[in-house]
Amino acid sequence: MADVSKERKNKEYNDYVKQVTPTHNLPLNMAKAFLIGGIICVIGQFIMNYCGKLGLDKETSGGWCSLILILIAVILTGFNIYPKIVKFGGAGALVPITGFANSVAAPAIEFQKEGQVFGIGCKIFTIAGPVILYGIFTSWALGFIYWILKICGVV
Amino acid sequence: MTQMMGQQSIQFDKAVHIISAASVVGKKEGEGPLGNQFDLVCEDPMFGEKNWETAESTIQKEAAQTALGKAKLLPTQIRYLFAGDLLGQLIATSFGVQDMNIPLFGIYGACSTCGESLTLGAMTINAGYADRVMALTSSHFASAEKEFRFPLEYGNQRPLAATWTVTGSGAFVLAENGGHARISGVTPGKVVDFGVKDSLNMGACMAPAACDTIYQNFMDFNRQPEDYDKIITGDLGYVGQTILVDLLKEKGFDISKVHMDCGIEIYDRETQDTHSGGSGCGCSAVTLAAMILPKLEKGSWKRILFVPTGALLSPVSAHEGETVPGIAHGVVIEHC
Repeated sequence: MADVSKERKNKEYNDYVKQVTPTHNLPLNMAKAFLIGGIICVIGQFIMNYCGKLGLDKETSGGWCSLILILIAVILTGFNIYPKIVKFGGAGALVPITGFANSVAAPAIEFQKEGQVFGIGCKIFTIAGPVILYGIFTSWALGFIYWILKICGVV
Repeated sequence: MTQMMGQQSIQFDKAVHIISAASVVGKKEGEGPLGNQFDLVCEDPMFGEKNWETAESTIQKEAAQTALGKAKLLPTQIRYLFAGDLLGQLIATSFGVQDMNIPLFGIYGACSTCGESLTLGAMTINAGYADRVMALTSSHFASAEKEFRFPLEYGNQRPLAATWTVTGSGAFVLAENGGHARISGVTPGKVVDFGVKDSLNMGACMAPAACDTIYQNFMDFNRQPEDYDKIITGDLGYVGQTILVDLLKEKGFDISKVHMDCGIEIYDRETQDTHSGGSGCGCSAVTLAAMILPKLEKGSWKRILFVPTGALLSPVSAHEGETVPGIAHGVVIEHC
């Protein structure tokens, strides 16, 4: 009995909190994300085109593109500039490969003081861990589904 | 004669005096509205140390020594030390107070530690177990972020209700006599949980606890909001302030005219990008030392209720989907 009324009171409180808590302007944030994400992808495309012009095939160009974007993100993380870009652009800066690079470089820098093994070694993937785990798991799952569909002759 | 007052408060028959206080802060706090009132502002976030945790220990050491210096006392003349911080196992405190060789009561109240340490220190002196004690607490933005949230270099967007952990330490020397501010009573708080799970909206998590303690203080001492020149919470921030005023209105008390919040006072929200305000053990402590006590000592305020608030979560409890309980300790400080 007491639990039910406590739950109800809590729900009322949480609904009230939602009303008085300010939130970011979603359309504005989406626009900023679009802008930053777009700029990063344009830079990536520029690298791809340039590599193509130098005569490299698509796969090698793609490799260089990833490498250079990751390098830029790691350097900007080291100089503490990348967080400022994310503050403005949000998902636009976090979703591309540059965000992944930042999420690995940041713990590497922070946990240096706890040593090479227990600090950097154990904690470097503290933020990127879920991305790696579930990314690989999802591709396995999709591959499995594709294999099944192939057996059934659907694909 | 009993000193118990009402349900959970204490009215000291002989008030305990705050004879000195010191505040040591970092760059951001020094650039805030209270900047020139702090005893020491250090531009280097590492405070000359090799990691954030020892940096926080150093801030505590500096604050303690400054408070002792102001009172013209040696560490040997302090009988007990009541100290705490936000870090796991209170490591900033343990390493920070070592050199002073004062018997230590390490305490954890999250951001309400200042109120808890002042309460326990005052109780100890009033009961005759000590002639002089020190209450000490600290927080550091970087060490707190590392423990509770993300590495500093990681990019993320903070919600508008989020608060900024203060880098700072406040130290207070309590004694039977002296100074111009005294603790006349306390209302220790209980854990209050209204089921908020968003640890980034700490104002909402802690406001119910602040409401509970303030309400109980009014009931136990038979007081109204107007009996205090100011009711000052620790770090509810802008969002938490709104909620607190509404919660107390529901209980029949309007504190809107006398309420202040250290988290709101310590930063300039327009220029410092601190969203809902400041937080951390250091927030209430340095604001008490730098801004509130001087006003009490001068007599601009005669009696205030100082209510630091704490959010009692851990990184583990947050991940396991638990709610964030709050606590708030009320300390009645008067001019004398």
